[in-house]
Amino acid sequence: MTTTLAESATSATPAASPAADPTMNPDTKAAKTPARNGSRLAVTRPAMRVPQQKPSGKPDPTAHLSPQQIEELGRELDAIREEVLASRGAGDAAYIRKVIKTQRILEMGSRAVLLASLFPPAWLVGTAGLSVAKILENMEIGHNIMHGQWDWMRDPKIHSTSWEWDHASPAELWKHSHNELHHTYTNVIGRDNDLGYGIMRVDEDQRWVPAYLGQPFYNLINACLFEYGIAAYDLEIGKYLKHRKNGKDGKNGKDRATFRRDGTKVLHKIRQQVTKDYVVHPLLSGPSFLPTVGANAVANLVRNLWTHSVIMCGHFPEGVETFAKSSIEGETRGEWYLRQMIGSANISGSKAMHLMTGNLSHQIEHHLYPDLPSNRYAEIAPRVRDLMERYELRYVTGPLHQQVASAWMQVITLSLPNGVWENARTDPAGVARQGATAAARYGARAASRLLRRVVSRTS
Amino acid sequence: MTLPVLAPWSGGGITQRARRLAELVTTPLLPADYLDLFSPLRTGADLRGRILQVHSETRDAVTLLIRPGRGWRGHRPGQYVRIGVEVDGVRNWRSYSLTSLTSQAWQTPATPHTPATPRTSPAVRTSARDGNISITVTAIPGGKVSQHLVHHATPGTMIMLDQAAGDFTLPPDPPAKILFLTAGSGITPVMGMLRNAIDSLDDVAVLHSAPNSADVIFGAELRALAARGAIQLIERHTDAGGRVTMDDLAALVPDWAQRQTWACGPAGLLDAAEKHWGATGVADQLHTERFRPTVLATGEGGTVTFVRSGVTLESDGATPLLDAGEEAGVLMPSGCRMGICFGCVVPLRQGAVRDLRNGEITTAASPDPVLIQTCVSAAAGTCDLDL
Ligand SMILES: Cc1cc2nc3c(=O)[nH]c(=O)nc-3n(C[C@H](O)[C@H](O)[C@H](O)COP(=O)(O)OP(=O)(O)OC[C@H]3O[C@@H](n4cnc5c(N)ncnc54)[C@H](O)[C@@H]3O)c2cc1C
Ligand code: FES
Repeated sequence: MTTTLAESATSATPAASPAADPTMNPDTKAAKTPARNGSRLAVTRPAMRVPQQKPSGKPDPTAHLSPQQIEELGRELDAIREEVLASRGAGDAAYIRKVIKTQRILEMGSRAVLLASLFPPAWLVGTAGLSVAKILENMEIGHNIMHGQWDWMRDPKIHSTSWEWDHASPAELWKHSHNELHHTYTNVIGRDNDLGYGIMRVDEDQRWVPAYLGQPFYNLINACLFEYGIAAYDLEIGKYLKHRKNGKDGKNGKDRATFRRDGTKVLHKIRQQVTKDYVVHPLLSGPSFLPTVGANAVANLVRNLWTHSVIMCGHFPEGVETFAKSSIEGETRGEWYLRQMIGSANISGSKAMHLMTGNLSHQIEHHLYPDLPSNRYAEIAPRVRDLMERYELRYVTGPLHQQVASAWMQVITLSLPNGVWENARTDPAGVARQGATAAARYGARAASRLLRRVVSRTS
Repeated sequence: MTLPVLAPWSGGGITQRARRLAELVTTPLLPADYLDLFSPLRTGADLRGRILQVHSETRDAVTLLIRPGRGWRGHRPGQYVRIGVEVDGVRNWRSYSLTSLTSQAWQTPATPHTPATPRTSPAVRTSARDGNISITVTAIPGGKVSQHLVHHATPGTMIMLDQAAGDFTLPPDPPAKILFLTAGSGITPVMGMLRNAIDSLDDVAVLHSAPNSADVIFGAELRALAARGAIQLIERHTDAGGRVTMDDLAALVPDWAQRQTWACGPAGLLDAAEKHWGATGVADQLHTERFRPTVLATGEGGTVTFVRSGVTLESDGATPLLDAGEEAGVLMPSGCRMGICFGCVVPLRQGAVRDLRNGEITTAASPDPVLIQTCVSAAAGTCDLDL
């Protein structure tokens, strides 16, 4: 893998120091903390705790815990981790190899069946098989390998540094935005871009702006085109454009050269993916060209909708907490664990469901231990749940349909300012009046801004 | 898993074009990733081997008969092969001397295979005709790979292989008088030479040490060679007779100084031999093979950062940086793991390391990185490695 000078320079800071160093500008911290787990945070002495003041007025769910309790909780979680590490071995290695082999055979088999996709039963079987293969590849295999969950095997073919996945976003960019930013700054408003992907409001504590009114619609589009959404997101297009406009080229967003270079990588990756799915395999199918194009499109859509649903369930459902930037200053290891636990939500279900979600159904366990092999989350889940209950913390979980519904409800209700959705039930006329007034005020402001700009141009 | 960069129509030979077309079909994987599922030993695959047989030599040594992949290029007797073995799911690379017949031994009419040659341990009799190779592994106490291979290796297991390497070999024109000075598992590369070249060697003395008669690896085969006069075998059983000293040498092999000597065994024996041959002024007649580096110095350790992997760890002054990095999941390049192949060289961007073999300190300061061998270097302060 090639690494640029800029990238290597940013990851040069030892992992333990930045969080503890008060002299450091918090904005440079984001870029400088490496993604590796374990040494990410120093266990510092527990300080006095001040309950978090949430802008929405929601209570701080950790207010009842003393600093000592939080450090004790951290030690308990460390002990679980050590147990898994000590028993990690040949069985785990055999597991991931089996999943990879099964996935490859399923994909090859499905694509072979699709060669005859002119024949409708072949189309159905091939499309179903390819959809499952793509989901397995992205979730249980790609996501987890790129997390470094299997690096300990020292197999260069199943290693986070060498893996490339069947997805529009190149592994290198995805690993940066996912492993380094999202997993380090989970649910920290303004720091973790996964929180609503920077385009949505999924927590009462995020400030409302009118653009959020359209978020149910954006979310639907994003679900259908999820892999491209992720690619754009990993490229940090939004951040780049915003900061370029503000004249802060390279300060917060990427600098122009980096953005261009990364953009080329994304386009190259997309071209390869599209060529494979929509040109090469259809051509190989000969007379079944069009049905094969359709099969690939459907398989990609199914994979997009599925992964989007699973990932929404990880952090958006009701009951999941978010955090203010200031609350993670000098965070101890125990506090980091605490934030991961209450910032994530699980999905309950069968073994097959866990496999198809890449074990992200064990999102809480995954966020506590992002580098432990995914096949081990199930066995530690009851212990993590017990621990959270002992510390009077809410272990958010539920079956898939319930969690998906809950996440969508959040997306819909939070597209409106806090309280509006609830009031609409009791006093629809009042809400409508308020809405009209707000819209009028907003419209007037926008109009006057426009007018001023026109005037200043012409004069 | 690198991404193909060129379009299939952008030139190159027909095979290259076919390959690029196949890559378009399999992207983001490579065609090899699929072929490996069915044919891991084919031409062009990463070099692997399949264990065919496991044959017990002594109570703590086994011989493994291995079918190498098609890409195996053969070896010279006395050379070693690096193998990547999975122990508890983790791939570990170690070197083992080859004891099998080479293809040359079969092809060169000058040294035909004489059926009269006594063949013991028939279960692992390798012939180059079938292209298989063999290694002989002795379990050392607490040894991760050697214990695993001796006690748990099973036929059918796949291992990774590298091409044969090493200079502990006989010259094309072997000298008239030879001494093989060996102890314990040090007999393995020598057995590789004897099996292949015995018919073209005139005067061979083998002075071999082992705890007792039953612990002599290839004991029966060596004794049979001695019985038919092919070698002069001097067995030293150290349980009863103690270790061979350089003072014993003159009595056991009076003409040792007239012989070209190949020595392989524990560091103590080799150190003593080097000193003795040097003192006698015949250092150029001694060829040695070390299975293990002599670890002398321990330092105070420090914080090690694997800059590109984003890994930081505390390492003590006795752990090679290679081990420390691997332990933390960093994909470290490695080779012999004892400082001879330079397969583990990595730029030290800044910091200080101590060479575990001689205690020498190497320092680097930005912006001038220094290449160091991670397998024999330990932290002697804070280190930033370009990995
Ligand atoms: C060129 C070359 C050829 C070799 N050929 C053979 C061979 O034909 N047969 C064979 O059995 N081995 C051979 N070896 C040694 C082999 O590569 C391994 O070092 C050995 O099997 C120990 O590995 P391990 O994983 O079991 O021990 P480790 O787990 O790596 O080490 C366990 C402990 O034993 C010590 N140790 C490591 N190596 C040795 C050693 N060789 N002797 C004594 N203590 C050691 C370590 O310092 C450590 O404290 C050869 C080595 C080299 C470099
Ligand atoms: S691995 Fe050979 S020099 Fe280090």
